[in-house]
Amino acid sequence: MSEEKLPESHGSAGEVADHGDPFADPGLPAHEPRRTDIDERAAKRAERQVSLMFVISMLATVGFIASYVAIDPDKIVYIFPLGHVSALNFALGMTLGVALFLIGAGAVHWARTLMSDVEMPAERHPIEADDEVRADVIQQFRTGAAESGFGRRKMIRNTLIGSMALVPLSGVVLLRDLGPLPEKKLKDTGWKEATPQKPLQLINMSTNSPMTADDIVIGSLTFAMPQGLHTHDEDFQQRIAKDALMLVRIAPEDIKDDTSKELGFQGILAYSKICTHVGCPISLYEQQTHHALCPCHQSTFDLADGARVIFGPAGHPLPQLKITTDEKGFLVATGDFDEPVGPSYWERAR
Amino acid sequence: MKKLSARRRHPLAALVVLLLALAATGGLYAAFAPADKAQADVAAQSLAIDEGKKLFAVGCSSCHGLNGQGSSDGPSLVGVGSASVDFQVGTGRMPAQQPGAQVPRKQNIYTQAEIDQLAAFVSSLGPGPVTPTKEQYTSTNPEDISKGGELFRTNCAQCHNFAGQGGALTKGKYAPSLEGVDAKHIYEAMQTGPQNMPSFPDTTMPEEQKKQIVAFVRHTTSDEPNPGGLTLGSLGPVTEGLFGWIFGLGTLIAVAIWVAAHTTKAKKS
Ligand code: FES
Repeated sequence: MSEEKLPESHGSAGEVADHGDPFADPGLPAHEPRRTDIDERAAKRAERQVSLMFVISMLATVGFIASYVAIDPDKIVYIFPLGHVSALNFALGMTLGVALFLIGAGAVHWARTLMSDVEMPAERHPIEADDEVRADVIQQFRTGAAESGFGRRKMIRNTLIGSMALVPLSGVVLLRDLGPLPEKKLKDTGWKEATPQKPLQLINMSTNSPMTADDIVIGSLTFAMPQGLHTHDEDFQQRIAKDALMLVRIAPEDIKDDTSKELGFQGILAYSKICTHVGCPISLYEQQTHHALCPCHQSTFDLADGARVIFGPAGHPLPQLKITTDEKGFLVATGDFDEPVGPSYWERAR
Repeated sequence: MKKLSARRRHPLAALVVLLLALAATGGLYAAFAPADKAQADVAAQSLAIDEGKKLFAVGCSSCHGLNGQGSSDGPSLVGVGSASVDFQVGTGRMPAQQPGAQVPRKQNIYTQAEIDQLAAFVSSLGPGPVTPTKEQYTSTNPEDISKGGELFRTNCAQCHNFAGQGGALTKGKYAPSLEGVDAKHIYEAMQTGPQNMPSFPDTTMPEEQKKQIVAFVRHTTSDEPNPGGLTLGSLGPVTEGLFGWIFGLGTLIAVAIWVAAHTTKAKKS
């Protein structure tokens, strides 16, 4: 703030109280009029400026509507710092921005030049009411309580307390699926339809066709879903959120976990793609280290070692699906995962 | 025989002999000529292998062994195929500058002819994925871009980011950005799975789909118009949020300060 605005420097007749007291309250500086307060022409000019801003804002809104109607959504233009952008997006953003900005700028300009700017000090008082008012309120409360007979009519009181105590239950009902009720819903996946008599084929999600063991080579990564699930199905997203598999093939001598090796087929291992932390789809697979990473919180699973968690917040290894081949040589599953896929929940056995 | 010798002096005998001779020559030519050509091919091929072996001895053998059998410093190259050589050398990743978590892309120092010779030598060690031809990785069908986008999001986006900008892996490894990468090299990377990238062999991802993915990647990472203006690195909410907080809110605060610091007192104006 520049010197001249300080009370002393312009020698105004501020209400400076007592010169003997170095910490005296300097009081308010004298009110200074603005040019628009004393010069009618300046005031008129400010008025015109404010209305001009509002008018331009109106024009910009009209421009917004016009560009929405007129500009071809596919048209691309070159605008310097942005590069090639969609003409429509640019026009919409610009006109709306100008329209909103000028309303604000006009309002600020109006307040600063034309509305009253007289300083209005408001002194602070303690917030509590004085004793008289308080006594009165307490008295009224007592009278009210006496009139309602709350203390006397025990039945009303007790039922009221009962109803108030029960209301929160509706919240419990609404939020119940956060609690111990999903039970089976999370326990099994679409693979549960598979039985040793009627195995389910593993369908490659890129080609939508079943795969033979030879299709999966060492170092490759393939995503699979159960036979009978189609991307057009209404509940596809619901189901693939539990059924998704990632298939890797690891040289059998590199597989460190024996159970894992048995669940696989000639080194082909089928793991759930759903992170056991909070359920993100994981598949950042490093084929040399056999580590799979979750992009959400960096849980890292060692797929060569039964998908053991080697880093990060996940609490369980990735469930592995037992796979084999059918008589035509296609990879199939003969049952569900033997533990639930995805994050932990209350009824989970381990 | 008697009959034949009796006609020996027939006026047309010379003509018959001539015709027979011509037919024999033609037949012989037909029988031998392709064989000659094939021999020429084989010769050219073995020449390329020889040349490649020399280049290999100079540039690659210190890690991969004189016969590409591998050593403690580099894996065996038996069965990696020509596509792998074309990718690794063509993108400058090989010969590697220094061992480390990841061999980065750098200036390629070989000509395409030399790369082909190296590839010929390495594929003579054992069969593997073959360098794709131009038709295999160039798509002419605009629909391929959207199909490729779907495949990209299923198979690639988790590491390379939804716009192909790349991303981090563990312990200093990373999935590189796909910006400015040759269509051929993208295709080869899917075929061969370089470094820690898993491979996507034709058996699980047919040629046609690789071509579609290449079409999508080239479309998305090339100088395509960006409908919204600044991409902020196409990294998503991180850069966008940062930009909003710093530049968006910063501008608002600056304007508020400016408004408050400039009074309209008559004396000032
Ligand atoms: S969801 Fe995978 S680490 Fe959090």
